[in-house]
Amino acid sequence: MRYDSLLQSVGNTPLVGLPRLSPSPEVRLWAKLEDRNPTGSVKDRAALKMIEVAERDGLIKPGDTLLEPTSGNTGISLAMVARQRGYRLICVMPENTSPERSQVLRMWGAEIIPSPAAGGSNEAVRVAKGLAAENPDWYMLYQYGNAANALAHYEGTGPEIFADLPTVTHFVAGLGTTGTLMGAGRYLREKNPDVQIVAAEPRYGELVYGLRNLDEGFVPELYDASVLTTRFSVGPRDAVRRTRELLDQEGIFAGISTGAILHAALGMANKALEAGQRADIAFIVCDGGWKYLSTGAYEGSVDEAEDALEGQLWA
Amino acid sequence: MAVEVRIPTILRPFTGGEKAVPADGATLGEVVASLDTNYPGIGERLLEDGQLRRFVNVYVNDEDVRFLDGLATPLKETDSITILPAVAGGSITRTLGL
Repeated sequence: MRYDSLLQSVGNTPLVGLPRLSPSPEVRLWAKLEDRNPTGSVKDRAALKMIEVAERDGLIKPGDTLLEPTSGNTGISLAMVARQRGYRLICVMPENTSPERSQVLRMWGAEIIPSPAAGGSNEAVRVAKGLAAENPDWYMLYQYGNAANALAHYEGTGPEIFADLPTVTHFVAGLGTTGTLMGAGRYLREKNPDVQIVAAEPRYGELVYGLRNLDEGFVPELYDASVLTTRFSVGPRDAVRRTRELLDQEGIFAGISTGAILHAALGMANKALEAGQRADIAFIVCDGGWKYLSTGAYEGSVDEAEDALEGQLWA
Repeated sequence: MAVEVRIPTILRPFTGGEKAVPADGATLGEVVASLDTNYPGIGERLLEDGQLRRFVNVYVNDEDVRFLDGLATPLKETDSITILPAVAGGSITRTLGL
């Protein structure tokens, strides 16, 4: 397939069946391989769309400075787009994310401002909002509240899945900015009001959240609970177990957040099986496992991997 | 019918430090009542006016019961229940009234 530039090749990713992990011929799992995007993650879609829409609306122009709170993938995607379009990019990132992420970010030309580990992504958002207030000429795309993030999935991910799998009954994705679930979820529900939209949320240990007072709760502005059918909370043990099953049984080498999503997808698959209902369950493979090798998730026993992930932001 | 309930650190003083305890009940509401019988006081930390407290999340097989049938969610023998303080919305200690 030929494209005029790298940016044109974002999206149109493969949807592959999982013959071994699917519980029956009537209850089937399908993986949307978002690691096939230019920087290797689903975030390329949102990054490109947010910059395109901001340019179109006259909010930014090449040469401007962009600012974004990100635990990695969005920053990498933004850095790729920013470099090609001539923007300076500053990322605010929790200091306990994997070293590969910050190295890759710097490689693509982004500058990094670390935020305290305790508080995770919420703290990065808080720090970035403060910086934006102090530097009015910096423009924050703000993936958590930018409608273009969800739009990328309403116009891309959702239609692609529906075109490849018109019989889709479930769509499962991670709950971070909520852009993927809101955008693709709304599109798929317009096509089929009965489609089930399922969120998989990473569940961290208390070391990450800390026992400190997180002054204000943080719910992304994009989030609309009415789009969701149900919501799973997946701990590191199940996320690691499923990530390994995906590799062992289907040959897909995915990041740990994908394991959490697969766990929720299998939960819905089992319910359909018990109820004797047909199901075509599409889920997102957010990225490959490469950036997470140093976390310890891929080596040793599941117990050891679970211990290694304690205190790390793995999704 | 017995199910396993995972207890968050903040509530383990009630369970003598146990991370997971068995409880009985055909619904989540019955399980909470059973927990409170075995560990007096824990029910009050979870419920307010007969409903789950706003900043307490309960999961059946990792699925948020607020998207299921809440306290009426039916349970079966192999189900695993996880209780967690919600992170959003304030201090964990204040949330659970400890």
